[in-house]
Amino acid sequence: MASLFNGLPDWLVEFPQLAGRDLRHMSRTIDQEYRAFSRAWGDAIENFFRPLLDFLLWFENLLIQTPWWIVLAVVVAIVWFASRSVKITIGTFIALILIGVFGMWEDTMRTLSIITVCTLLSIVIGMPIGIAMSRSNKLQAAINPILDVMQTMPSFVYLIPIVMLLGIGLIPGLLVVVIYAMPPIIRLTNLGIRLVDKEVLEAANAFGSSGWQKLVEVQLPLSLPTIMAGINQTIMMALAMVVVASLIGVRGLGQPVLQAITNQYFTQGVLNGLAIVAIAIIFDRTSQAYGKRLQRHREASHG
Amino acid sequence: MAEPAIKVRNLYKIFGRRDREMVEKVKEGVSKSELLADHSHVLGLRDINIDMPEASIQVVMGLSGSGKSTLIRHLNRLIEPSAGEVIVHGEDVLQMSEKALREFRRHKISMVFQRFALLPHKTVIDNVAYGLHVMGKSKAEQKTGAMRWIERVGLAGYEDNYPAQLSGGMQQRVGLARALATDADILLMDEAFSALDPLIRTDMQSVLLDLQKELAKTIVFITHDLDEALRLGDKIAILRDGEIVQQGTAQEIVLDPADEYISSFVREVNRGRVIQAETIMDTPPPPGPPAENSIRVEKGTVLEEVARRMTEQDRDQAHVVNGSGEPIGTLTMRSVMAGMATPVLKDAIE
Repeated sequence: MASLFNGLPDWLVEFPQLAGRDLRHMSRTIDQEYRAFSRAWGDAIENFFRPLLDFLLWFENLLIQTPWWIVLAVVVAIVWFASRSVKITIGTFIALILIGVFGMWEDTMRTLSIITVCTLLSIVIGMPIGIAMSRSNKLQAAINPILDVMQTMPSFVYLIPIVMLLGIGLIPGLLVVVIYAMPPIIRLTNLGIRLVDKEVLEAANAFGSSGWQKLVEVQLPLSLPTIMAGINQTIMMALAMVVVASLIGVRGLGQPVLQAITNQYFTQGVLNGLAIVAIAIIFDRTSQAYGKRLQRHREASHG
Repeated sequence: MAEPAIKVRNLYKIFGRRDREMVEKVKEGVSKSELLADHSHVLGLRDINIDMPEASIQVVMGLSGSGKSTLIRHLNRLIEPSAGEVIVHGEDVLQMSEKALREFRRHKISMVFQRFALLPHKTVIDNVAYGLHVMGKSKAEQKTGAMRWIERVGLAGYEDNYPAQLSGGMQQRVGLARALATDADILLMDEAFSALDPLIRTDMQSVLLDLQKELAKTIVFITHDLDEALRLGDKIAILRDGEIVQQGTAQEIVLDPADEYISSFVREVNRGRVIQAETIMDTPPPPGPPAENSIRVEKGTVLEEVARRMTEQDRDQAHVVNGSGEPIGTLTMRSVMAGMATPVLKDAIE
């Protein structure tokens, strides 16, 4: 084949890439700059996240140090009051008992605590962004590509700068999980608000509602099913990141899995994997049943 | 005549990016189709002028696409016009600041929608109280205010239901109660009864007329149904392709349609329910007291009612009296029948 193009200049035969020396120089310069930046700012940024870390540690200790039967009772009670479903509640009870019996109670508590905090953080940051996006097409056009990057960029890639900046530990783990898990809540809040019935919104306008009243009385309640789907997705994606986060020192169900991979401990891997699945299902079914209960008004019961 | 409650002056609405420039073109005489073909702008309303009287029902009638829903949304500025004025109780709605407009919508003007537009996640009572809630009234005031109107529109006992649990007619009663609860003087009704079954529609028309006798609001009622327009309207404006083709009372429109378009509508109308006795009576009445076999009807009685009374009492003559009881003209069974029959003669000659 190559002989066919023999007469052509070099740059048409082989891609005219930058010289290896230049490329190496470029990466080295950027890396050095970033290292200098993290040396200068690392401490400040760490201090900024300090309160979050304290809260996370406090919550983790609370879950681990409280006697197991109290935690079990509280979790089962929360599931019951959110879902009002006997099936889901009993399922949760059995799953937690099995997790305890197979010696994964502490790790499960750690995972539970980081997932809870990550989800809350994603909601607190993500929903306002979604609301802002729904009000401006320009903002939507600007944020959408960022969300695409957050969701598709392999997480190991942004693991590197985060570890360089903050070292290993809970906070970098939390950041990695939140970056990956936040896009669905932003996207679905935006979508949900945009899908609110225009006529109902017009009625709210016709009665002189202020922007805030429209948001709280009409837009958020009517987009709730979509927002709940977003929260559900966020929880699922946060759980999916547990193993990756364990790479940078987040303790929990991810670490035994990591250990199992490196040492070929098949049973340990499966057991911890199943524990993650169990937590995922508990979160999923409970949040969905809760979302459905909020939508009771949709049932038409007249003849 | 008293100052009209709502005055619309030279109102234009053109849909598109450069609507204000296009107004000039339309004023120069560019037609709706030329505007769309040459400038890709849609003409919504062209030079609308209406005076809507205080405490009466103004109907705006037109087929779909005639711009009637666009017009009503200018009155509370849900739609911004391209040019013109909308003056409500002496105040130009289009000059209001955002805040003033909000206050205006909260207290002065309220609206009923074709497809109800209720808040599906709120109960009937919370829907009716929505306007009061937006005003910032206390919970107790909201509740008493809402209950009063729920009872008035005949929905007592349903206050804790969700809209999806009610039939269409009941949902629109909620819509009506919600609009009345704010105590606004002006009520906008955008095809409010069009989505309802014919029987329920007639029923709701009666509800509205009953309420109007008591409340005397300024009502602007949009409809595509001429029978509805004639039944409800103290004054009727007929809209076609964004322009007003005729304005007047029901009787004026039925007796003297402005053009072929309107006469094709009114041909199907039950004239006996529209035309009033004094319109066709013989004047002046013969001197002296009315004949013994003549029944007495008041000015303003429609022909159908005159015919019914004549038949019931087995008479074939009637005399019309004015407000103070003096006879002003006479009717015979023959003239009443002729008045009720649709004239086909004119069409036959043409």
